[in-house]
Amino acid sequence: MSPLRAYGPILLLGAALASMPFFAASNTLLNAMVLALVIALAAQGWNILGGYGGQFSFGHAAFFGMGAYGTALLQTRFGVNAYAAFAAAVALGSAAGLAIGYLSFRSGLRGSYFALVTLAFAEVFRILANAWPFTGGAAGVLIKLDVRAETFQFASRAVYFWIALGLVVAVMLINRSVERSRFGAWLVAIRENEDAAKALGVDTFSVKLKAITLSAAITAISGAFYAQYFLFLDANIAFGPWISVEALLAPIIGGLGTVFGPVIGALGLHFVAEITRAVAGRVPGIDLALYGTLLVVMVAFARDGIIGLLTKARARLFGSRA
Amino acid sequence: MSADAILSVEHASKRFGGLLAVDDASLVARRGRITGLIGPNGAGKTTLFAMISGFIVPTAGRIMFEGADVGGLPPHRRAVAGIARTFQIVQPFAGLSVRDNIAVGAHLRRSARAEALAKADEVAALVGLGDMLHRPASDLTVSGRKRLELARALATDPKLLLLDEVLAGLNPSEVRDVVPVIHAIRDAGVTIVMVEHVMQAVMSLCEDIYVLAQGRIIAAGAPREVTRDPKVVEAYLGHGAAARIAAREEAARG
Amino acid sequence: MFAPDIILAAVLNGLMTGAVYALTAVGLTLVYGVLHIINFAHGAILTAAMFAAFFAWKIGIDPYVAVFALAPIFFALGYALQRFVIGPSSHGEDRNILLVTLGLSIVIENLLLAAFRSDTRSIDVPYGFSVIDLGFTFLSVPRVVAFAASCAAAAILWLILAKTDTGKAIRAVAKEKLGASLVGIDVAHVYAVTFGLGAACLAVAACLLLPTFYVHPRVGNAYVLVAFTIVVLGGMGSVPGALLGGLFIGVVESLSGLFLGESLGQIGIFLIFILVLLVRPTGLFGARA
Repeated sequence: MSPLRAYGPILLLGAALASMPFFAASNTLLNAMVLALVIALAAQGWNILGGYGGQFSFGHAAFFGMGAYGTALLQTRFGVNAYAAFAAAVALGSAAGLAIGYLSFRSGLRGSYFALVTLAFAEVFRILANAWPFTGGAAGVLIKLDVRAETFQFASRAVYFWIALGLVVAVMLINRSVERSRFGAWLVAIRENEDAAKALGVDTFSVKLKAITLSAAITAISGAFYAQYFLFLDANIAFGPWISVEALLAPIIGGLGTVFGPVIGALGLHFVAEITRAVAGRVPGIDLALYGTLLVVMVAFARDGIIGLLTKARARLFGSRA
Repeated sequence: MSADAILSVEHASKRFGGLLAVDDASLVARRGRITGLIGPNGAGKTTLFAMISGFIVPTAGRIMFEGADVGGLPPHRRAVAGIARTFQIVQPFAGLSVRDNIAVGAHLRRSARAEALAKADEVAALVGLGDMLHRPASDLTVSGRKRLELARALATDPKLLLLDEVLAGLNPSEVRDVVPVIHAIRDAGVTIVMVEHVMQAVMSLCEDIYVLAQGRIIAAGAPREVTRDPKVVEAYLGHGAAARIAAREEAARG
Repeated sequence: MFAPDIILAAVLNGLMTGAVYALTAVGLTLVYGVLHIINFAHGAILTAAMFAAFFAWKIGIDPYVAVFALAPIFFALGYALQRFVIGPSSHGEDRNILLVTLGLSIVIENLLLAAFRSDTRSIDVPYGFSVIDLGFTFLSVPRVVAFAASCAAAAILWLILAKTDTGKAIRAVAKEKLGASLVGIDVAHVYAVTFGLGAACLAVAACLLLPTFYVHPRVGNAYVLVAFTIVVLGGMGSVPGALLGGLFIGVVESLSGLFLGESLGQIGIFLIFILVLLVRPTGLFGARA
């Protein structure tokens, strides 16, 4: 694949989305888009480890929360500059990924065991953040409203939208370059068959460790941005199961182990959720119930997600490339 | 360890609970030759192979490769050192194309994607998968999957190639197609150790043979000597099995 | 720092809770032992059973009576869920089963939330505050009943597994799926029966919990992580391990609540969970891997 064919579509999609505020600038819509992009970002992180590497984490909230609490606490407790706090929070999230990955992969945890241990780590963080006065306990943390570019706070939602979009596009470009690298080839090999990968000289432990660190960093970016956008978080938002579920759902719906999958999945899910809300009203839980149904249906009938369906449709229309 | 030995297994044993799967086995693979490891089912051949490639840690004994003890190294480090293996039960990366499968092996010594893909194309042509490059590995026939195992291992540029029953499950004409490929690999300077059940192939390919029975090496030597060894006839070939071998060879020819 | 009496009382209370934990864990470990999957919908099924028991009480049926209807009903529900939803949709791949059961748990939990909102409900049974005086401490009657009934339910389950033909088929499938199918055992049926038994255990646990606990659309989450811990601790798939593990965890929770305070009480459990997973994933009480 030429670089143009590899990276062109990503930049095209980014440019198309970036023009959105010029046509539809309602705060409600922009707000929904920002939230969808935050989920997309968390999902892109999950997709590195789960989609390419086949290691299903049920606890990516651990990394999202590290990013969110990191950026909030560094500003409120230590008066660190918002941008520096953002960067430090992402480093903190990837360190958490490295530590959890080191412990679980060294013990050879795979499949359901790995899913369980990640879930447990996220829960431990949630309980601790909920109980510890330093993290604000059950009351949570409020970042002081101070709308200035120097504090990473903007009056216009469109600015947040563009920043979130920029991050998502940047991560898509990173994902694509991972796909075209040796690290990416090894990661996918581990997903497909770990023993065969070992026999071919793949240091599976270190590749998985790199993957979870990168994965955690990206999901931490999502958490840090969330905190910066909403200026409030508590333990259930930052470390709650909702974000773990959304982070894994979007790539599965969109297409596991693909560049566009998590983004299409996240945008698609939020589109569906908005429609449900419009139809069913604001009944709590109905959108998540629908997500759960979609998850089961996708696993049952469309295991390659929306991307897989599109590829099949294209093959049928234009004839198979192979 | 003699000068031309690339691999020497020295008094290796492996115990699984109460079962001594490999019992004080020693063998030497000489550089640039094809060494065969044969023996009845359950003799411990695959276990011995797994010890050489690092998937099983020996209970006792040493695995010397190019003069260094590699017995404690994990599989991927042995691949880096130059030991490649195929699996008896093929282990393709089923969701990937043939080309991407082979490229995983090629990446071991090539970090650039383009170089790895070029190497994959070259190796695929060598094993006869040149026209299957873009097909998913799951589309391949049994023979195709065996070739893919071979290609992936070969793409790591090994010094020593361990082939675990690459011919098993192939029909006689497919065996005839693969045998020259193995010869070509050896001629390119790769030392080969193979576990094999297809006797005709063992006889035509291997220069040295070790016979493993109940975990022990009971005979070693050139193919003709080994098959005439009464211990082998007794332990490996078993009562009346000589006739079966003859029949199988007959079948392979026809 | 605490008088022996208080510690002994905490241990006894822990054992009472632990028995119900054990019952929730037995269902989970049984499913794991036979199907080799982790049922992430376990907590949601427990929640559903607690709502069922709650509404049974609303129409005048005491939970201790309702259990005799709810256990068979949940057996049937569990059977159907495995046979017609989880089995077919997961195409026999572990990863898919993980996702399908996770999806089911989200669906069940949120349908309950949509239907009943996030109100916390509890029932007010006449014996709710009855106690037995042991001299140094009091034991709540519903908890003693829960302890005894959990042990009885575990014993019945053991009898089913050990003595009936179905039980033998379940054990055969757990040991050697292919062999079992070769001798004519209907593996899909056995899977569904196992899943049904797991759900029935949850129905029993729900009826035992309700008199002293509350019900809420997410209440199962609190139990499911504890159940996971017990299953891992007892060795995945081991029923006796789950019983011992349940009692052990009950005591740990009770004691860490005593020493660390209520809000951190569960931390002890999770730390044990993570440690066991990392250090000895085959469990403390006998390896079955």
